[in-house]
Amino acid sequence: MEFNTITESLEKINSNKISIVELNDIFINRIKKNKNLNAFIYFDEENISQQIKKIQSSKKNFKLKGIPLAIKDLFCTKNMPTTAGSKILQNFQPSYESHVSQKLLDQGSIFLGKANCDEFAMGSATNTSYYGNTINPISPRGSQLVPGGSSGGSAAAVAANLCLGATGTDTGGSIRQPASFCGVVGIKPTYGLCSRWGIIAFASSLDQAGVFANNIADTAILLREIAGYDNKDSTSANREIPNYFENLNQDMSGKVVGVPKEYILPDIPEDISKIWEQAIKSLERGGVKVKNISLPHTKYALPAYYIIAPAEASSNLARYDGVRYGFRSEEGTSLDEMYELTRSEGFGKEVKRRVLIGTYVLSAGYYEAYYMKAQKVRRLISNDFNEAFNECDFILTPTAPSPAFPIGEKEDDPIKMYLNDIFTVPASLAGIPGISIPFGKSQNGLPLGIQLLSKHFDEQLVLNAGLYLEKNNV
Amino acid sequence: MSSLIQGKFSKWETVIGLEIHAQIKSNSKLFSSSSTKFGSSPNSQVSLFDAAMPGMLPVINEFCIKQAVKTGLGLKAKINRYSVFDRKNYFYADLPQGYQISQYKHPIIGEGAVTIDFKDGSSKDIRIVRLHLEQDAGKSLHDQNPSKTYVDLNRSGVALMEIVSEPDLNSSHEASLYITKIRSILMYLDTCDGNMQEGSLRTDVNISVRKPGEELGTRCEIKNLNSIKFIKQAIEYEAMRQIKIIEEGGIIEQNTLLFNPQLGKTKPMRSKEEAHDYRYFPDPDLLPLKLEDDFIEIIKKDIPELPDERKKRYINEYKLSNYDSSVLTIEKSISDYFDKVLGCHQDLKKSAKLVVNWITSELFAILKKNEVEIHNSPITPYNLGQLVKLIISNKISGKIAKDVFEDMYKNSLSPEEIVNSRGLAQVTNVKEIELIIDQILKLNYDKVNDYKAGKTKLLGFFVGQAMQISKGKANPKILNDILIKKLS
Repeated sequence: MEFNTITESLEKINSNKISIVELNDIFINRIKKNKNLNAFIYFDEENISQQIKKIQSSKKNFKLKGIPLAIKDLFCTKNMPTTAGSKILQNFQPSYESHVSQKLLDQGSIFLGKANCDEFAMGSATNTSYYGNTINPISPRGSQLVPGGSSGGSAAAVAANLCLGATGTDTGGSIRQPASFCGVVGIKPTYGLCSRWGIIAFASSLDQAGVFANNIADTAILLREIAGYDNKDSTSANREIPNYFENLNQDMSGKVVGVPKEYILPDIPEDISKIWEQAIKSLERGGVKVKNISLPHTKYALPAYYIIAPAEASSNLARYDGVRYGFRSEEGTSLDEMYELTRSEGFGKEVKRRVLIGTYVLSAGYYEAYYMKAQKVRRLISNDFNEAFNECDFILTPTAPSPAFPIGEKEDDPIKMYLNDIFTVPASLAGIPGISIPFGKSQNGLPLGIQLLSKHFDEQLVLNAGLYLEKNNV
Repeated sequence: MSSLIQGKFSKWETVIGLEIHAQIKSNSKLFSSSSTKFGSSPNSQVSLFDAAMPGMLPVINEFCIKQAVKTGLGLKAKINRYSVFDRKNYFYADLPQGYQISQYKHPIIGEGAVTIDFKDGSSKDIRIVRLHLEQDAGKSLHDQNPSKTYVDLNRSGVALMEIVSEPDLNSSHEASLYITKIRSILMYLDTCDGNMQEGSLRTDVNISVRKPGEELGTRCEIKNLNSIKFIKQAIEYEAMRQIKIIEEGGIIEQNTLLFNPQLGKTKPMRSKEEAHDYRYFPDPDLLPLKLEDDFIEIIKKDIPELPDERKKRYINEYKLSNYDSSVLTIEKSISDYFDKVLGCHQDLKKSAKLVVNWITSELFAILKKNEVEIHNSPITPYNLGQLVKLIISNKISGKIAKDVFEDMYKNSLSPEEIVNSRGLAQVTNVKEIELIIDQILKLNYDKVNDYKAGKTKLLGFFVGQAMQISKGKANPKILNDILIKKLS
């Protein structure tokens, strides 16, 4: 397919082989043809043409001139409504632009629309959005598979070539798992690499912005543009951002890859174990030394995550109370009743479940047993990685325990749904960078993903290893 | 000093601990750059963060941290190198985030102490448990519309220091002295404007009663008192309420109370079932606050002379009493005025007590009568100093001085100008005074005889007559001496 990479499109735009309007029209038409995927919550052609006019009239030397992108609906955008996939923010129009999306606008990119996502990023299948499911574009004829979540709209939009790249957010796997399900590249950078300012918070100590693209080179280009210190976010890291794209180097010889034995699970599908092995072998052929490592506290990661994330969420979501903005129930005769009805009607089932879990684990008498303990586990997991990186340069695991599954599956069983994050959550708790790249296929021909993890702020290494595997795929 | 309360059957001791919420003096809020100006139109000082818009994040205001550290140093308290901001979660219309950012387990300031002084010259140390930083909430306006509540977020996010005392206070009087002292220290430090009417200093009172020597009783908390008068009234009412319940065989239920100033009574704010579980946890949007020694050292250099040090200086250098010194120093503006008066001339230092008397009697009275603050006094410290100097150098008498003082207030003139233009300078010339005395002795020949016959009380009469003729200007001592000589 023509025009499915940023590098190629930039080259054609800059050499005037195609105009910004022409380039974007290709994607606008694809979006219109693929409305059934429900990848976008907000899409408006007039809005796009306004943006294009602005870029065309500017003389600035943009790094992403005219590049069509999808923005996860968790990023507040000044010229598009922002809902976080929730009824409680239906028609909410921020008066401000998130730091990350502003950086992308500053480089001349075009926002085609707001990508669907799980409500407040809580989900692994983009099935908790108030605005409906997103369908995975790789679904075989006659079936409807989930795109993963929570950034399922973004992953699906990139996979279906409805845009050249997309932003996502990853709290426990919300970029990496949908990237794996949809067969695209998705990176969750180090916690603190990108500003969280203007991104609707789910779990503040875990939330991190990242990107989706069709290949490593595009991912590297986009990552550099969204990364960087922001004094409006106290947890943002003040450090130099490397030119990931120019530094790309697929020569991995001499590097050591760690393979954690705790990620070998008994009920993991065979095709996933197989591509994992194939990826290891592929790296070995490139001169990479394989080292079996141990991350002993891995099995506590998921329970700890499902305490910490809901705890923070229960507090972060308290502001959606109907008082100042967003949905307010018209019933109710007292302040308390207004709160109850607004939040009962405005939040979906999964959000309510997590708010309740979070409220419970922070309650007097339970705090020490749950939240405090989970924080201790978090430190242990972080230490596991620190120690592992004394023995290896990067870690290789599967991204998700399964390929994309049919819409409707696992919906009645939250625990099964939460298990989707089993391989992605530990890196989130440790705050280290993780990337998922398409590698191999399942028995049914569905895309699978391989996850690469590295030390804090060593995004370059996972990009390089990703590039190697991209070039040396099965 | 004894502060026991006589109940129906026995004597009771009140045990009081205070939580003072002092608004930090700063131009912008604790976590946003919005202005903190008082009295602006509703919702005109609200940033996106203050309104808790989605995705907004707190950024700590370094100046507020400095102010808190400065206050900690002023309270002779432990400065914690590591402190943590927590979220205190509860729903209310004027709490936009649904949580207040506060400090729970790791406050910025630890244990300290302040001294309160009593009239009898004794004093008492009140221990401080901690001082922590927190955000103020907004304001719900229930009286603007019969069926609606309006919310003003101007105050939302303003920095507060909560200063928590040990239950070391045993009467409403002690509580009022303690608050006055804290307020004084904060104003010396310039970390709080101390304006109680504007809500810059609000107090929660924890109070219980017990028979002396017994275990602590169950305490109740009276919330949000914003004047010393109300604090005293609330404590007195609440102590009696608790004593009455216990003496009638009841038990005190731990409760949060509100004080109604109109009725002079406390009443429960919420029932037990409605008690909040604040679900405190560290705010993940903020990193733990780590203070470097250098940071603290720089602030240390900025600590001015505080009331207790000034008091000591007054006692040592000017030989003033403990009580006089504490009256002077409790209000920084008074103490500053006093220091300026003494700074006028070296000689005044030996007459500090006279200066104190002029300030605490004449000046206070005239300022009070005219409702003027001391720092706006039309009588400048320099002029008051000159006036006292005229007295101690016998240029004018104390009586004339009072007259001159009134004139100084009215016309903002210097005492010399008044004394010169009105010819009020004291007559110290012996010959001149002798002439006057001779004159009145001649006129009152009969009384002179009476005096000599033993009615020595008549001396006052002669002095009065002589003064009248001299228009009060005769030096009283010389006058007296000559009179006695001539009459003997």
